[in-house]
Amino acid sequence: MRRRLPVATDQAVSDAVISTKPFRPGRLPAWAMRLLVIAGAVGLWEVCARIGWINPFTAPPPSGIWDGFLRLLGEGEIARALALTTIEAFGAAALGGVFGIAGGYLLHRIKLAGVAFTSWVAAAASAPLVLLYPLFLVIFGRNAGTIIAMGALGCMPAIILKTKEGLDGVRPVLLNVGKTFSLTARQQFWMIQFPAALPVIFTGIRIGLLFAIINVVGVEFLIAVGGLGYLIANLGDRFDYPAMYAGIFFVVLVSIAFFWITERLERWLLSSK
Amino acid sequence: MAAVEQVKSSYALQNSGFWTVNRLRIAGFLTLLTLWELAGASGLFFRGILPSSVLIAKALIELLSSSAFYVHLAVTAIEVLVSFVLGGGAGVAAGLLLGASKRAGDIYEPFIHYLAPTPKIVFLPILLVLFGVGMGSKIALGTISAFFPMALNIAAGVRQVSPVLLRVGKTFSLTPAQTVKMIYLPALVPPLATGLRIALGISIVGCLLSEYKLAKSGLGFLAGQYYESFHVAHMLAVLIFIFVCAALGNVLIERFVRLPGQRPTGK
Repeated sequence: MRRRLPVATDQAVSDAVISTKPFRPGRLPAWAMRLLVIAGAVGLWEVCARIGWINPFTAPPPSGIWDGFLRLLGEGEIARALALTTIEAFGAAALGGVFGIAGGYLLHRIKLAGVAFTSWVAAAASAPLVLLYPLFLVIFGRNAGTIIAMGALGCMPAIILKTKEGLDGVRPVLLNVGKTFSLTARQQFWMIQFPAALPVIFTGIRIGLLFAIINVVGVEFLIAVGGLGYLIANLGDRFDYPAMYAGIFFVVLVSIAFFWITERLERWLLSSK
Repeated sequence: MAAVEQVKSSYALQNSGFWTVNRLRIAGFLTLLTLWELAGASGLFFRGILPSSVLIAKALIELLSSSAFYVHLAVTAIEVLVSFVLGGGAGVAAGLLLGASKRAGDIYEPFIHYLAPTPKIVFLPILLVLFGVGMGSKIALGTISAFFPMALNIAAGVRQVSPVLLRVGKTFSLTPAQTVKMIYLPALVPPLATGLRIALGISIVGCLLSEYKLAKSGLGFLAGQYYESFHVAHMLAVLIFIFVCAALGNVLIERFVRLPGQRPTGK
């Protein structure tokens, strides 16, 4: 009974015991288990689709999806779509970043405004803002303007909040050092406050960029204009399901890769501070 | 020195003359409203693109007094609630499992961690094929969306239960059931509340976006119809209604998801 309680010491002991035991498939390293799980799922899917347990038209076997992917790659469609989506997402994040950092700075600088409006921004951050896209569709039309505006809107609240948090959290010691060197207000900001707040602001930009990508791909898909989202919608409309599945998995893999890279980048930034 | 200044500035906050927090908020709201009205009346946009707030209010009243609206509302409400319960429930189960078993967490949590920030809407074409154009595909998308934040929050919550508390429980020789009830559950209330709030918001997004894309009823479908027939005021009225509902849901979760004697989980 007592072994059930996950107390840290017990866990360490059981881990040590496990690692000295001979090879057992259940005790492979976690990454190998993950690969096995993925390979097993893909294999199961392939077999089920081949013997007809699942409808190979609506859920084509992985081999068919791979062929679809190669076809998309050969036609250059997927590269064009990826480039367009990347440009739109980074454009949106740049736009949202400029306004977001400015907004966060104002909320930090004007204390009363910070008290009055930070909760509004927090509410906007948790509100389903992407649902506003028909409004932007009316204003900008069915084009990249709507997509970039929605991306920017999606990333702004996170960047505002993190910028304010970063600037608010600068240690008073650092500010006092600046005062000792009698820096002007401008120098104080650029040489001390902003660099000190940068790691937190970067976290905001990273989260913002993720929201921007989600919104950009989502709106592309919904209004069938632009890059990867449009590609998937279009392939679905043409009933080219192998290629559509390939497109969907490609989007998922791209956003995972992106998330992974920015996460590493942030860890590196924080550790080299 | 810094402390003195902090006291000074908080003192100034309370007594900065005319501007108080509430006055500033009202001024902010009025500014936004005025900007909207001015932009609409300026002629910079085509007529009717930014309808006056009076027209939007009229449209909202008209909407709320029409019976067809409630049919759409019921469809969307059922979709959101079902996907919230299914996705949230599965998320709680997965989170408990991943948090309690170090091995399972090591293996499977990266899947959830890295799939969580992917745009779920791209799965809609598959879900449309599998579950049809009706409520099924919307519920499926909402369920998938709600699952991830819930699982991650609960797993992190289980792991953050302090080992000291567990050892205290051991000292009092609690049974496993008592350990869950007296140590794990109270510790899980804050992550549960966070998970519920995110899951609700994101299942609303999932259901409504798929309604926008392809549906025969529901609030997203209704907004899309108003967009296509250029009834912008009505479209905005639907959007405002949706946002008010989402905000109310947030408030309700913050109020009710806590144990007796605990403070609300909001920051």
